[in-house]
Amino acid sequence: MASQLTLSIVTPERELVRVQVDDVELPGSEGYFGVLPGHTPMLATLTVGRLTYRSGTDTQVLAIAFGFAEVLPDAVTVLAQMAERAEDIDVARAEAARTRAEERLARTEADLDYDRARTALDKAVLRLQVASRARGK
Amino acid sequence: MPSLIDIRRRVRAVKSTQQITKAMKMVSASKLRRAQDRVIGARPYAQQMLRVLNSLAARVDHDAHPLLSESTSSGAPPLLIVVSADRGLCGSFNSNIIKQASTFRQESTDRDVAMALVGRKGRDFFMRRNVDVRYEVVNIFQHVKYAHAQDIARTAIEAFTEGRVSSVYLLYNEFKSVMSQKVVVERLLPLPRLTPDNGGVTGPQVDYLYEPSAQEILTSLVPRHVEIQVYRALLESAAAEQAARMTAMDAATRNAQEMVDKLTLYMNKVRQAAITREIIEVVSGAQAL
Repeated sequence: MASQLTLSIVTPERELVRVQVDDVELPGSEGYFGVLPGHTPMLATLTVGRLTYRSGTDTQVLAIAFGFAEVLPDAVTVLAQMAERAEDIDVARAEAARTRAEERLARTEADLDYDRARTALDKAVLRLQVASRARGK
Repeated sequence: MPSLIDIRRRVRAVKSTQQITKAMKMVSASKLRRAQDRVIGARPYAQQMLRVLNSLAARVDHDAHPLLSESTSSGAPPLLIVVSADRGLCGSFNSNIIKQASTFRQESTDRDVAMALVGRKGRDFFMRRNVDVRYEVVNIFQHVKYAHAQDIARTAIEAFTEGRVSSVYLLYNEFKSVMSQKVVVERLLPLPRLTPDNGGVTGPQVDYLYEPSAQEILTSLVPRHVEIQVYRALLESAAAEQAARMTAMDAATRNAQEMVDKLTLYMNKVRQAAITREIIEVVSGAQAL
């Protein structure tokens, strides 16, 4: 049995991460789930959330949004629509996006695209969380 | 016979044109490098996506998904997404695309073709003609974003599922190498069945757990697959455009050089002839004395 997992995170733009890790936690659309080496093959859809992976004592957090994860006993492939490392997150921009999304949600217009505004807010909040966690370490 | 000054003026004009073409060549060379990197960067995602889709398709009833099954609205026209460039001066890049698009329209004689136009050159051409344009976007090639592809894909998927078009085709320049671009037509919807020829994988299939169900994953995966196909086409086209421009500008620079050489030679001949004539005049004048 494999003792480590090969984690690769790819977005439409590029392959963001390819590392050997000990465990991964993913934001599945039906809740967060953890993967350890030797996991049964699985396909899961992902939602807006944190992806945490650990190799040794080093823990990394990424913000990801939508996509799929393919889990194999020795590898995890994440196809994400958006994925950002904590240190790449532009806090000011995320802050602005959150304010904007909140304003949009606060208005009660009939033509409001609720899902879109909600997603935008989720993404912005997530980015801020991930970024602050990385800096708090 | 043109005077010396006229020729000199022409040489100067050609030289300044040459400088422009040379600069354009350099610019597109550096843009090409970036575009190429992006094409390569997008590849892993597309490949992984195809692999996952494959293993799903083997498991799920193909006709269960509306984007996989043949359209029932047979009276509707096919939709052709034409990816051209925003700018000219890139050799036969745009004219190849337009030619191919016109051929496509002529071939489907039984019904009209609806069009989605990406890029200014293609749009300008077809806007002047009487075509059924369903979607258009210009000025995206400065910086192709995934959101652009999403937008195009969404339009296509909506039109297809609502039965306004019977199928969707994608026409673009494929980036083969710096020297060659190939015009390709691909069927986007309904999705062609995957075979080993077009990237399908045969052989042992992994038995997955699905969360949520396989059907639901397929439902969200298929539109994403369409998006990535469009995205890849946009990136390919962007890279091919720069490559075509680079080649065209290189040829133009060389032609200009040739012209300068020819004109310089001619200019020297004219100058020599003038000098010879003057000498003869002086000599014969001296003899007459």
